[in-house]
Amino acid sequence: MQLPPALHARLAGAPGSAEPLPVERDPAARTAPFRFAPRPVRFPREHDFFEEGDVQRHLYLQDVLMQVGGAPERPRVPEFTCQVAGCCQVFDALEDYEHHYHTLHRNVCSFCKRAFPSGHLLDTHILEWHDSLFQILAERQDMYQCLVEGCTEKFRTSRDRKEHLVMRHLYPADFRFDKPRKSRGPVMPGAAEQVLAEALGDDGVPSEGDAMEVCSEHVEPPPVPAGERRAYSHRIPSTICFGQGASRGFKRAKKRNKHQ
Amino acid sequence: MWSRQRGRLKPLCCGVEELRCRRREREAALRKARREQQLVSKRLLRDEALEEAEEGCVAMIFGEAEIQQFLQLAQRGTEEKEREGALVSLRRGLQRPETQQTFIRLEGSIRTLVGLLTSNQALLQLEAARCLHELSHSEQSAVVEACLPATSYLLTYLSGHSSDFIELCLYTLGNLIVESEAVRRQLLPQGIVPALAACIQSPHLTVLEALGYALSQLLQAKEAPEKIIPSVLGSTLPQHMLQLLQPGPKLNLGVAVEFAWCLHYIICSQVNNALLITQGALSTLGLLLLDLAGAVQRTEDAGLELLACPVLRCLSNLLTEAAAEAVGGQLQLRDERVVAALFILLQFLLQKQPSLLPEGLWLLNNLTANSPSFCTSLLSLDLIEPLLHLLSVSNVVSVLVLTVLCNVAEKGPAYCQRLWPGPLLSSLLDTLAFSDTEVVGQSLELLQLLFLYQPGAAQAFLQQSGLQALQRHEEVAQLQDRVHALQQTALHG
Repeated sequence: MQLPPALHARLAGAPGSAEPLPVERDPAARTAPFRFAPRPVRFPREHDFFEEGDVQRHLYLQDVLMQVGGAPERPRVPEFTCQVAGCCQVFDALEDYEHHYHTLHRNVCSFCKRAFPSGHLLDTHILEWHDSLFQILAERQDMYQCLVEGCTEKFRTSRDRKEHLVMRHLYPADFRFDKPRKSRGPVMPGAAEQVLAEALGDDGVPSEGDAMEVCSEHVEPPPVPAGERRAYSHRIPSTICFGQGASRGFKRAKKRNKHQ
Repeated sequence: MWSRQRGRLKPLCCGVEELRCRRREREAALRKARREQQLVSKRLLRDEALEEAEEGCVAMIFGEAEIQQFLQLAQRGTEEKEREGALVSLRRGLQRPETQQTFIRLEGSIRTLVGLLTSNQALLQLEAARCLHELSHSEQSAVVEACLPATSYLLTYLSGHSSDFIELCLYTLGNLIVESEAVRRQLLPQGIVPALAACIQSPHLTVLEALGYALSQLLQAKEAPEKIIPSVLGSTLPQHMLQLLQPGPKLNLGVAVEFAWCLHYIICSQVNNALLITQGALSTLGLLLLDLAGAVQRTEDAGLELLACPVLRCLSNLLTEAAAEAVGGQLQLRDERVVAALFILLQFLLQKQPSLLPEGLWLLNNLTANSPSFCTSLLSLDLIEPLLHLLSVSNVVSVLVLTVLCNVAEKGPAYCQRLWPGPLLSSLLDTLAFSDTEVVGQSLELLQLLFLYQPGAAQAFLQQSGLQALQRHEEVAQLQDRVHALQQTALHG
C-alpha cells in the first residue's frame, strides 16, 4: 500500500482542516432500491467485530502474566546496612532494602514507634491515639473515620466503626489495622512497650482480646547478635528514635512525652 | 521518546516452528473462548502447558506435614534467612495444584499466611505475597477463594510505597477479580475502586502497568456496565487514565496499552461517554493517534499495534456520541492530520496485523460519514488510491472500503468529480466479481452514486463490460433490484 510521499509531511505539519468541497445531494440518490446513507457506526462490548483485537490482546496478556509472580533476579550489590538509627538490617539488593524501608521506617508513629502500611493509616492512628483533643471532641461528635479510602462515614466509637467495616465493607472482624484501644487517654511511649509485650502472642500474631493496637505488628527490635537472640517483645528504650525524618507526629510531641 | 520498560518477554527455549504452532493453538483457544463470551477466564490467562515446558525444574508436591513444617519455620524460625527460605520453598510447591489443595485444606494455613503477609518483616511479607499470588492463579475456585481473607490487606497495601510489593498485590488482585462475580462482590464494597484511584498516582511504571491490568480485568467483568463502571466514572480514575495517555516523552507503551484498553471497556459499555468527552478524551486520544502514527514510522517496535487497536476503538465509538458533535468545533475533530495519521496506521497494520484493518477502517468511516471536510481531505491528500489497494485483503475490509468511498461519493458532484477517472472503475469491476453479497451490494450503491453525479461514468462502465459484470448477480435476492436499476440507468441514462 503506497502512501503519497506528501502524507508524512502533512502529519508533521501544522494542524488544520481542508476547506470542504460544496455538498450537493440529489434526492434520487437515496431512493429505492438503493439505500445507502452515511452513518457513524458504534459497536457494543460483546460484538463479534471485536473478536480479532480481543484475541490479540489476550495473547499479549498471557505472555506478560507469565513473567509475573516469580522472584525476579535481583542484581546483587555489596552488602550495606540500613541507615536508619537503631536499625542494623543488612541488604545485598536495593529492592529488598526499598521494601524494608517502606515497611518499617516510612510511616512510623513518633510517639509509639509503630509502623503502618500507609500514611493514611498512620494519620488515623496519631489522631485517635495521641491526640487528646480528639478524645475531647469524640465525646460529643462522631470522630472515628471509616478506614476505607473514599468512605466518608464517621462514627462515635471505634466499635461502631468496626461494625461498619465488617457489615458495609465486608472487612474481616479481626482486621489487623483496626484493633480497639482500651484506655481513654492518649497512649504514652512507655505504655506502648507494655502494650507490645501484652499484644503479642508467641506466634507473632497480635492476640485478639486485649490487643490495644490500631496498627500493624510489633515494631521490629534492632537485631541482636546471634548469641543473645531473644523472642519478640522487647522494651524499646525510649531514647531510641527510628530516624529523625522517618517518623511523623504532631509538632507538640515533645511536650507530651511525660517519660523524659 | 517512548520509553519502554524492561523487556517482558524472556527468551524461550523451544524452536521457532514450535512456537508458531503453539501460538496458533493459543489463538484458536482464545477465539473459541471469545465466541462463548468466556474470554475473561483464569484458565486462559496463563498458558499452563507453555509454562511447564519452560520451567525446567519441576515443582515438588508437598504433603500436609511438609507444609506444616514450612509454615512453622516461617513463623517462628530463629534465623531470618531460614524463615524466608521456608516460604520460598512453600511458594515453589504452591505452583502445583496438588500442593495448593493440601494447603488450603490445612487448618489455619491461610490465617498464618495472612499473618506473615501483614507482619513487619519486610522480606517475609514479600514471600508471603508471592505465595498468595500463586494461589490466586489457580484454576480451582476453592483455592482462589481461599485467598479472600487477604483482600482487605491487599487493598490496604495499595496505599503503601513499596513498588515491588504493590505490583505483586495488584497482579494478585487482578487474578482474583477474574475469578468470579462472587469475588468481585467482596472487592467492590471493600473499596477497590478508591484504592485504585489512590494508587494510580504512583510514579512507578511497573505499578501503573499492573494497576492498568487489574483495572482492565475489573472493567471487563460481565456486570461491569451496571455495577462497576459507574463508580469508576465517578472517581478520579478517568482523569488519571487520560493523563497517562497523553503523548510526550513520558508516555510508556506498556502502561498506555493497559489504560487504553481500560478506556475501551468503559466506552463500549456506553454508560456515560459524554462525561469522558468533557474530560477531554477525544482530544487526548486524537493527539495519541497522531503520536502513534509518528512512532510507527520511526521504529520497528513490536507492540504498537497493541496500543493502536484500543485507541482506534475508543475514537470510533466516541465519535458516535452526540456530545462529540458539540465539541466538534475543537480542532482535533477537524484536523486533517488525523486522516493522515490513520492512513499511516493502516499501512502499518497491513504489514503487521492485517486482521486489525477493519478497526482502522471503522474509524475512517466514522470520521468521513458526516464530514465534508474529511471527505475532502481524502481527496486532496490523494488517499483514494491507497484505499483501493486494500480491496483485495478480505470481504470485511472490502465492504468497509466501499462504504468509505460511498461516504465521499454521496456528497455530490464536486466529490465524484475528484473520484473520476482513475482506478476506481476498474476496482469496482473487480469487486463486482466477488461472490460475497455484501461486497457486491456496497459496490452497487457506489455505482449508483457515480452514475448519478458523474457524467460519463455510466458510459465508461458500459465500455468496460460492466453489464456482464452485473449479470451474474441478476438472480441474487438481495441484489436483484439494484442490479436491474443499474442496468436500466446504464443503458438508458
